[in-house]
Amino acid sequence: MMRLPLFAFRTPRTLEEAARILEGEGGNAMPLAGGTDLLPNMKRRQQVPRTLMSLRHIEELTRTDLGATGSRLGACITLTDIADDPRFRNGMTALAQAASLVATPHIRNMATLGGNLCLDTRCNYYDQNYEWRKAINFCLKKDGTTCWVAPGSPKCVAVSSTDTAPALMALGARVRLVSRGGEREVALADLYNNDGVNYIRRRPDEILAEVLLDSLHGWKSTYWKLRRRGSFDFPVLSVAAAVRVSGKGVVEEARIVVGSAASRPLVAADASKYLIGRGLNQDAIAEAAAMAARVAKPLDNTDFDMTWRKKVTAEFVSNALRELRGEDMRGERERLMRQPSI
Amino acid sequence: MITLPTESEKTSRIRMTLNGELTDVSFAPYKTLLEVLREDLGHTGTKHGCELGECGACAVLLGGKPVLSCLVLALECDGANVLTVEGLGADGKLHPLQDAFADLGAAQCGYCTPAILVTAKALLDQNPRPSRDEIRQALSGNLCRCTGYLQIFEAVEEAMVKIANQQVTAT
Amino acid sequence: MADQKSTATLPAKDAETKQGKLRVIGVPRRRVDARAKVTGQTRFADDIFLPRMVHCKLLRSPHPHARIKKIDVSRALVHPGVYLVLTGKDLSIEYGILPISQDEQALCLDHVRHVGDPIAAVIAREELTAFEALDLIDVEYELLTTISDPEEALATPEPRIHDYGEEGNVHKRVALEFGNVEQSFAEADEVFEDVFFYQGSTHLPIEQHAAVAIKDPDGKLTIWSSTQTPHYLHRALAKVLEMPAAHIRVIATPNGGGFGGKSDPFNHEIVVAKAALVLDRPVKICLTREEVFYCHRGRHPVLMKFKTGVKRDGTITGMHLQTLIDGGAYGSYGVASTFYTGALQTTTYHIPRYRFQGCRAFTNKPPCGPKRGHGTVQPRFGQEVQLDKIAEKLAIDPAELRLRIVEKSDTVTANFLRLGTVHLAECIRRVVKSSGWHDKFRKLPEGRGVGLACSAYLTGAGLPIYWNKMPHSGVQLKLDRGGGIAVFCGATEIGQGSDDVLAGIVAEVLGVSTFDIRLFTGDTDLGPVDLGSYSSRVTLMAGNAAIQAAERAKAMLAEAVAQQLEVPKENLTFADNRVFDEAAPDKCVTFAEAVCMAEAMFGTVGTVGSYTPPKSPALYKGGGVGPSPTYSYTAAVIEVEVSPTTGWITVPKIWIAHDIGRALNPTLARGQVEGSVYMGLGEALMEEQEFRRLPKKLSHALVHKFPSMLEYKSPTSLDMPEVFTELIEEPDPRGPFGAKEVGQGPLLPIMPAVANAVYDAVGVRIDEVPITPEKIMKALAEKKAGRAPRYGPSHFPNIEWPEALRVPPPWEGGDGNAVNEPARRAKPRPEKEKVHNS
Repeated sequence: MMRLPLFAFRTPRTLEEAARILEGEGGNAMPLAGGTDLLPNMKRRQQVPRTLMSLRHIEELTRTDLGATGSRLGACITLTDIADDPRFRNGMTALAQAASLVATPHIRNMATLGGNLCLDTRCNYYDQNYEWRKAINFCLKKDGTTCWVAPGSPKCVAVSSTDTAPALMALGARVRLVSRGGEREVALADLYNNDGVNYIRRRPDEILAEVLLDSLHGWKSTYWKLRRRGSFDFPVLSVAAAVRVSGKGVVEEARIVVGSAASRPLVAADASKYLIGRGLNQDAIAEAAAMAARVAKPLDNTDFDMTWRKKVTAEFVSNALRELRGEDMRGERERLMRQPSI
Repeated sequence: MITLPTESEKTSRIRMTLNGELTDVSFAPYKTLLEVLREDLGHTGTKHGCELGECGACAVLLGGKPVLSCLVLALECDGANVLTVEGLGADGKLHPLQDAFADLGAAQCGYCTPAILVTAKALLDQNPRPSRDEIRQALSGNLCRCTGYLQIFEAVEEAMVKIANQQVTAT
Repeated sequence: MADQKSTATLPAKDAETKQGKLRVIGVPRRRVDARAKVTGQTRFADDIFLPRMVHCKLLRSPHPHARIKKIDVSRALVHPGVYLVLTGKDLSIEYGILPISQDEQALCLDHVRHVGDPIAAVIAREELTAFEALDLIDVEYELLTTISDPEEALATPEPRIHDYGEEGNVHKRVALEFGNVEQSFAEADEVFEDVFFYQGSTHLPIEQHAAVAIKDPDGKLTIWSSTQTPHYLHRALAKVLEMPAAHIRVIATPNGGGFGGKSDPFNHEIVVAKAALVLDRPVKICLTREEVFYCHRGRHPVLMKFKTGVKRDGTITGMHLQTLIDGGAYGSYGVASTFYTGALQTTTYHIPRYRFQGCRAFTNKPPCGPKRGHGTVQPRFGQEVQLDKIAEKLAIDPAELRLRIVEKSDTVTANFLRLGTVHLAECIRRVVKSSGWHDKFRKLPEGRGVGLACSAYLTGAGLPIYWNKMPHSGVQLKLDRGGGIAVFCGATEIGQGSDDVLAGIVAEVLGVSTFDIRLFTGDTDLGPVDLGSYSSRVTLMAGNAAIQAAERAKAMLAEAVAQQLEVPKENLTFADNRVFDEAAPDKCVTFAEAVCMAEAMFGTVGTVGSYTPPKSPALYKGGGVGPSPTYSYTAAVIEVEVSPTTGWITVPKIWIAHDIGRALNPTLARGQVEGSVYMGLGEALMEEQEFRRLPKKLSHALVHKFPSMLEYKSPTSLDMPEVFTELIEEPDPRGPFGAKEVGQGPLLPIMPAVANAVYDAVGVRIDEVPITPEKIMKALAEKKAGRAPRYGPSHFPNIEWPEALRVPPPWEGGDGNAVNEPARRAKPRPEKEKVHNS
């Protein structure tokens, strides 16, 4: 049996208390929400925090407020809460789809939205237990000096593997970060760095408390995920797309985000911009898909061949946009994701 | 790398409802619910295949929902309501799911079976008439290496009918 | 029970039943161990908790190939909570599953051969303590050249991974020729040459290997372990621990899946046994998933070349097969595996002349061994895909081609395998019909296709692992005055239902229900030897032994009852817990009464039965691998959908028919077929035991790419297609109630059927397993560029083969001996066998 290392355990009841604990621990504490990412990492000794601070008893982190002018989602709502709640549809479909495609039903019952947004970056050289990592003399991400994916690379290239972040970025989400010193709101797109080690701009003393969304009236969104099997697997490529289309079928706003193709979700800004003012016709979709695919820079550190992952990116973007145009893509979704459509 | 100077002590204590029974248990604080069930409470019906959330063999119901006991800290279970395979049957009788699994070959080696049974129970509790696709979906977090799943799906469907009939008879 | 004149009467329905009608066998029923399994009460090895039990962890090599210069365990020993540290010098005797490759040490003494090779063991009060103390052991290594694959092994004779074997890093080379194959190519209308690669894969039982050992109160040793082969573990323990086997008891706990992965004696089993003897406390080890990947013994990666000559009508004139096998770091079953890659080609279709050359190399990876279909799966893939190519070239429907050339029942093949019943043609006809083959093959729209493939598999290896003349399986029965029946047998329950086979057979013969039977299996102290749950041998071998034991008990009971009731014993029927006269149903006693009568007449009622396979006509060296009492046959049709733009492949449905002889318990038989389909599909599409060599300039490292359940891709419930299973029940007289195997054979046609279906769907050949979207896209790109529409290996390396043993096939006057082989062993020639030529 793989065993957890020892740790001190704290159970704050309020955000304020939690912020105080994190400040007091000076970077040696980690918040524990669903535990589905952190606890395996601790068992593999990838992360060995001195203190675990449970977020489970902070009531306000589980609040959800879906309003006409905007929504606030507590960081500790579970992925099942999102996937099963029919209110997360229409504009927010991408989020519901992303949540419903994470790992397995059991893990979705445990894993939280905030946890998925903060998910540690992943890499075939890093997500291994202690003995395995010793056999490669460790790597740049943890305890070592070489990035074995790209031995010349000065920076870690571990992959952003969150499903919900690309979806929420496509929806223009912001997050509220709370610390002892106060709180701040950050656009989700600005929360991430393209660096496998310092992939997130949440400071160790901050708690990701809430996800904030403006009204998505008039928006349509979708999320497409590539993985080997119908469940369990992390995405090794994902595409989230959201558009607001005028009554005449002209795209007024668009956001395309490519996930799992770098150390952070990548905004396909050129492709998004290109679509504005155009109809979602075949040519526009093909052009936007090709433009979006250019941002993806997959490397050989996940499942599937990296050149093939790169090659199918345009196909995935195109599928997403065709679905937003109103094409019936259920068959294709079923074949690729082996799951019924939301 | 060494984090443990000596073996840890059973310094933590929780009270939970385990299979309907109020249960107090002392355990070493680093332990997961899985470890406490098996090692401190003698409930070895719940199995493990990876301890990392990658196989589903350790599933139990926590507050009626299937979770992976290898990724739940026992410390977090104070006051929790936990159901394991040991709590499925009642009054000396097997649960209809257990009967159906036994009759229809849904358990071969039987190692993934306890977790699949409780997961299926949660499904039927929530959705008494699941379709084949809904069953597939609900069990998609439980790897089975023996059966190819088909006899498992059939057993869940058979239990679904049995339970429905029982309820008709009861009312 | 004082009154033995029973007043029991028979229900009318039973009185009508004809003698010979089966009441238990062939009836779908709840397996005997089902209740334990669905209540979580089956006690797997890691479920054993004993008072004062301590825990063991193994320090494993972080290097793929190195000499151990120095080990210092002093820091670990003084760590609080640590009781004992063992190293190689404590267990220096070598062992291994095959007598000819005793090349493992429980803890490596001075040479580590793969990442994960165990070096030292820490036994501590808590598992966590033992784990953390591993880091306190200081080991100095001298790194040796890393050998990553067979071609590198052939090119790198030094340093040697082992100091035995053919030469350098070649473990085994074999060459056999049955008739003049070159001449058969000259006589052919077409000669096909194809190179295939079959990637390695692992068993991935959900239960990780675990073992608990204790020193018994009387000083003997008992070990519980998740092993498929308690008898072989028993022998290895006696050897390494230098103890009399009689002082060791091995109890195989029910395995949480085996699939061949728990068939070797393992280092961790020997280590905990030793530790328990030293500490006089129960010692447990349960491997982590990563460690299970290091035990491995899974499917060998095999590069193979098929050269096949055919006539225009599809008749095969001859075949030449070469295999290059990646053995990993130890022998394991490897010599047998090597022969198996060439053994069964002749069992499905008539091949009048056949040459086989096989070579197994050592590499610095976890050892390969027997996985479901042991050694025959890889060449079956090549053979069935090549046959698809042949059919296309000859413009014959692949099903029709196979029907023309299927081998016949009771044939002795070119390589002297004596076949039992062969109902492969019926299997083919069934799947052709059920799948709607003729409406689909080459007729479905672009992107959809169907493929067909066939296979055969052993029903038990004809020879034991170590040479001896004793039975392969034994069963003892004890009948008690209360009517209880205890069955004692070494057979090991690994989920396949071996307990149910034993109970079903005994219940059928003695006319009771399976619930009336108590089973004591997999325990070397309690039951007679059964060689283990491997090679699909238990149903036939333990089954036949059980029939013999039960028939003997039945005869005793019949004798006693006949005397008591004054009826001829031939008239007695055993059914529904009663013994009665078929002609006069009022002449009847209960089963318990019958036992009492027998005990009064004969004394304590106990019987034995045993089974020894028939002698094989294959007398040449190497002829020991492949013979079996009989063979099962399977045909499958698989439908696929392939995206021409991404190569993404989906399998909506599979039709499979299996020639099983008789299904002893149809529910379990179907489960074995579907389970085989599942595992085959995993191998066909996604499973890979893959390794990563770090850049040679920077590192010696050669690591398993992803030793985890997450990244080793076992299909989920959402990835499993619909399967339509048909069991062809034509009893084979060699099997118990006519039964043949079902646990392994149905896996074999899956991979080639997928490959053939992909070709039908998008017109590209994937001559390699697994068949992935990436490979399909590469092949489609080749096709688009006007090159060969194919993905797969391009060449088979030149290997210096030994001179082939030349064995003339039966139809060329052969007697099973090689004409150029020096007299091997003075053993009596078997009786002249009737040879059916086609």
